[in-house]
Amino acid sequence: MATVPGSPDQAATIAEEARTASEAATREQRELTPTERAIAGVEASTPKEALTRTLAAEASAQGPGERGPMVINLGPQHPSTHGVLRLITELDGEVVRDVHPVIGYLHTGIEKQCENKTYWQAVTCVTRCDYLAPFFNIHAYNLAVEKLLGLEVPPRAEYIRVMMCELNRISSHLVWLGTSGLELGAMSVFFYAYREREQVLDLFEMVAGDRMNTRYFWPGGCAEDLPPEFERELRRLLDVLPSRIDEYEGLLSANPIWLERTKGVGVLPPDELINLGVTGPSLRAAGVDLDRRKLAPYSGYEHFDFQIPVGANGDSYDRYLMRIREMRESARILGQAIDGLPEGRHIADDRKVVLPPREELATSMEALIHHFKLVTEGFTVPEGEAYCAVESPRGELGCYVVSDGSPKPMRVHVRDPSFVNLQAVRPLTVGTYLADLIVTVGMLDPVMGGVDR
Amino acid sequence: MSEARDLIEATTPGAVLEEIEERGELTLVVEKEQLLSVARFLQGPPLSFVLLSDVTCADYPDHPDRFRLAYQLTSIESGTFLRLRVWAGAQNPEVSSVTPVWKTANWLEREVYDLFGVRFTDHPDLCRILMPLDWEGHPLRRDYPIGGEEVEFSHHVLGGGDAMTRRPEA
Repeated sequence: MATVPGSPDQAATIAEEARTASEAATREQRELTPTERAIAGVEASTPKEALTRTLAAEASAQGPGERGPMVINLGPQHPSTHGVLRLITELDGEVVRDVHPVIGYLHTGIEKQCENKTYWQAVTCVTRCDYLAPFFNIHAYNLAVEKLLGLEVPPRAEYIRVMMCELNRISSHLVWLGTSGLELGAMSVFFYAYREREQVLDLFEMVAGDRMNTRYFWPGGCAEDLPPEFERELRRLLDVLPSRIDEYEGLLSANPIWLERTKGVGVLPPDELINLGVTGPSLRAAGVDLDRRKLAPYSGYEHFDFQIPVGANGDSYDRYLMRIREMRESARILGQAIDGLPEGRHIADDRKVVLPPREELATSMEALIHHFKLVTEGFTVPEGEAYCAVESPRGELGCYVVSDGSPKPMRVHVRDPSFVNLQAVRPLTVGTYLADLIVTVGMLDPVMGGVDR
Repeated sequence: MSEARDLIEATTPGAVLEEIEERGELTLVVEKEQLLSVARFLQGPPLSFVLLSDVTCADYPDHPDRFRLAYQLTSIESGTFLRLRVWAGAQNPEVSSVTPVWKTANWLEREVYDLFGVRFTDHPDLCRILMPLDWEGHPLRRDYPIGGEEVEFSHHVLGGGDAMTRRPEA
């Protein structure tokens, strides 16, 4: 039986979460918000009830083609929602009348955790936000902490950071390429993309010890210097990469099914996208050359010669092209960085902030004391606030750090581009087909670890 | 005095309470009631802060106004950045929503509401976003205990669920 809103049997069938929400709304003397109503609407009905309601609506339709909307819940566990994203869709046949993204299924309280860690322990937490772009998370965080400390980073450390970030951009785009292919039914590109991603992750492992979620960047620089075999392996990757990117393009760029699915899908005017806060390749596809690496260069990006790919149509196909071109530009930056890698320290030489070198601990009492103090207490950071943003594979990734002068951050907030970009799903997809919704979400490339934090 | 402050003063006198320039970042402390008109002015020409990068909050339990909101603005045209600071107040913290100016504020403000309990007037969809709809309390407040998440399916834990589901004292 379909439940009538407001009837006594509604309370019996409505799910616990939705019931508490509507009780709370009554207590606060307000109506349910659109999202709350959507969640309550879905959870209040079983599939059988939803079917009964739809059939009743069809039976009562006046003219031909008239029918009531059907509410379909996609996710949070669904192979084509790009992670644990839940989309409550209101469908009229195949057409999306309305869509409510529901998030929070991967919320792990990273920002709260950071408040209870010392500054250099918190690196371990923030790296886990956007798990496909760990280097960008810790880069933004470390830039903010360094700004608060007024700490200079040696040029070699900057170059290493740039290299790791650009490698990470490639690996992140490759995961996006592979999984978006899967979502659109192009199986083979996944195997090609993951082949090179594996090579990039091997480099991460060689440099940082971890393949994902590294804490390689520290306040002041990088944890270790590059190992001697890094240059050879990186050049080996850079030698094959352009031809491998040609391979992906060969599979997709002129593939009739790919073109059919992505051309003209998910378009909004650039002003609208900026108003919605969309950044990164999704915005650049619409013709806006907004890139934090050019707008406010950080970590020495001004020393590199690279282009910002910009699209013309702003559709899903252009978003795909932007990321492909960005991979080529990243390879260019990597080549310049490894050629021009300066000599020197990999981390600042400030014993109040940076751990002393391991070998000194056995011989120097002072080094031992500094090490002990840093590991047990951490370092204090002058009072203040700082917001530093980097250009992550998905857009502007910012980190806002507030210090109260103690060894623990008072507040760490990560402005994650996935979270902000995901808002655009509703305006991008209302009035399009359900199949286009999957394409649009895929081409925005949200990573739910970053969305929920 | 910064250019931005001058221009704001010309249209909405008294809106900017204080100007802080620290570490190359400019912060304007804005009067709570004037936030929306200041936002409207900043978004349009001549300053064109068209992109609202971030809205977030920090909790100062000992401060009389307690919740300190920070709005990060970006001007794509001139490549300049600006931060607005608004104190929301300790009792019934509430400020006006900037969603009419920047649509992106929708989810960002929902996040602040969810995690800090700051309400935004005239927000189109003010409800929880990261926490479940029936969650009690606002986790990022400083007086909210860390840890103590309820363990679901605790009947699988040896020795019964009671000890596991209890929330530790703050």
